[in-house]
Amino acid sequence: MTVETILFYVFGILAVVSALGMVLNTRNTVASAMSLVVTMVSLGAIYLLLEAYLVAVIQIMVYGGAIVVLFLFVVMLLNLSTDEFPPGRQRLIKFAFVIAGVVILAQVLIALERDPLLAAQPAAVPNGFGGYRQVAASLYTDYVLLVEMASLLLLAAIVGALILAKRKID
Amino acid sequence: MPVEAIVKVLFMFAVMVIGLAPIITWVERKQSAVMQDRIGANRADLAGITLIGLLHPAADVIKLITKEDVVPAGANRVMHMLSPVIAAVPALIAFAVIPFGGVYQFGDTTLNLVGADIDWGLLYIFAIGSIATYGTVIAGWSSNNNWSMLGGLRASAQMISYEVTMGLTVVGIFMVFQTLRLSDMALAQDSSFRLLGFLAPYLGNDGGVIGWLIEHVRIPGWGLVYQPLGFLMFLTAIMAENKRPPFDIPEGESEIIAGYFLEYSGMRFGLFYMSEFIEIIVIAALTATIFLGGWAVPWFSTDDIIGGISSLFGLGFATGLCILIHFLTFMLKVVFMIWLQMLLRWSLPRFRYDQVMSLCWKILLPLSIANIFVTGLVLLWVKG
Amino acid sequence: MLPMDHVIALSAILFTIGVLGVATRRNLIVMLMSIELMLNAVNLAFVGFNRIWSQVEGMPVIDGQIFVLMVIAVAAAEVAVGLGILLSLFRNRDSVNVEEVNLLKW
Repeated sequence: MTVETILFYVFGILAVVSALGMVLNTRNTVASAMSLVVTMVSLGAIYLLLEAYLVAVIQIMVYGGAIVVLFLFVVMLLNLSTDEFPPGRQRLIKFAFVIAGVVILAQVLIALERDPLLAAQPAAVPNGFGGYRQVAASLYTDYVLLVEMASLLLLAAIVGALILAKRKID
Repeated sequence: MPVEAIVKVLFMFAVMVIGLAPIITWVERKQSAVMQDRIGANRADLAGITLIGLLHPAADVIKLITKEDVVPAGANRVMHMLSPVIAAVPALIAFAVIPFGGVYQFGDTTLNLVGADIDWGLLYIFAIGSIATYGTVIAGWSSNNNWSMLGGLRASAQMISYEVTMGLTVVGIFMVFQTLRLSDMALAQDSSFRLLGFLAPYLGNDGGVIGWLIEHVRIPGWGLVYQPLGFLMFLTAIMAENKRPPFDIPEGESEIIAGYFLEYSGMRFGLFYMSEFIEIIVIAALTATIFLGGWAVPWFSTDDIIGGISSLFGLGFATGLCILIHFLTFMLKVVFMIWLQMLLRWSLPRFRYDQVMSLCWKILLPLSIANIFVTGLVLLWVKG
Repeated sequence: MLPMDHVIALSAILFTIGVLGVATRRNLIVMLMSIELMLNAVNLAFVGFNRIWSQVEGMPVIDGQIFVLMVIAVAAAEVAVGLGILLSLFRNRDSVNVEEVNLLKW
């Protein structure tokens, strides 16, 4: 029971609890968004424990610091704080979904428990694994086309979001 | 090992937060008073002894603790109580990676005066700076008040815009120093280079006076010298990120009353106020480390100092004295940056909101990309 | 060291919570946030497996982390466009209940 294992369980349980808090919260959308932030930051901490340092920092910066702020901005702008609509006739379908989801999850967890590959301890990481130098070296030599495509995608998203959110000015 | 880290963290906390933050409260009052040709606050006294106003921070704390704590009706209680904490924590944990001294050898033990010597220290500061957005946004929203909501919305847009620029302006420094580890950056600024060194291949050997000039006219190898435009842009971006005046639209005192912390009273307001001052110290310490050489004394590198003193007194004493000198140099630079921020606060009028946004996206962003480009060209020319 | 099967199990649990969020909630913003949760669960699986297979003949292999960076970029783009669509929807219908977006229903 090393410190890393205890920290992993702490952050894992925190991530699951706040994810449930986000999905099950029907009264307050801003509280859902804040629960999502807690999930993102806990996952960032778990990435640190898995020795993926650059990915952890980017997760906290981009997901926790920009994407959820965007959600909060839209919620505050449109004043969408509370509304959940009475389930009505959909209640049975929702219940069926939840039961099916839990059953499939249980099967996946049992399969994972019995897997011999995952039960073994992973080898120690080589030096420089997960640091920004290694990721940058790989990103700009082997995967440079991915970087270019990502930049084109983000440009398309910027233009698209601008056009969609603009009011019609006559 | 953890004991050492805890001691360093406590020391940083004691010096920076408990030591400096009340002093900044006093500096804000006294410096603005001196700049505006008036006396300032000097009435708080202890049995008749006023220390030119130095007791006012203590008076402030007593006043804020004993005030009634009001949560507005119709506000979300949990969020309202939580947002000062969300605002204060990122400001406090930024001190973990700032080096207040170099690496020193005492026989066979090494003393590294950083709380946590992370390889990606600068990225850590940006990551927690992006979490600091939530304190403001949630404070604005949870107060159930038009002015607070306006302040919170403006703050969120301003803060996430300037995060982008803040990251891009230090890419130039990253290219020059080739590291994101703040202690390595401070170490790389511990040397000085010859100003007229480019003339050396053109003169023969020993050009007399010219040769002596080439060898001895040196500039300290600070980040400011390598990236002057980067320094200005970074200072602008990080002051805007932390909502310091002249970028304090979210808290615009004459427009939207007090913006996002309108509905806060007592110690919660005190926590917001204190977190703003701690962010001033973080800005000062960060700028001092990246651009002003951190703990490095300008023309005397560590070896010079230790070598010079140990010839008189002995190696252990020399190293201890060197630690003290480096720490005092660092604190001097931090105090200078704090003074500079106070100067900017009290002399510049507040920006308009569209001016803030156009400054970020239309001026600072293209300039920072141009800075990266020019830095790359110069590095290629010098090193290739 | 970390129990790797529990890392992948955490990823599966978060993914299921995300799927159930999209399937059961009717508020469009919460559905978008659940999609983000699903993407995060997948990222965790990528990083977890990258930790298991972290080297080939001594050379570090970080392809999983590269993929995670791409997923984060795609998620950011998708959130921007998705929230733009949500804004237009809200302006036209004054509600973000997806059950009211039913003009094409036969």
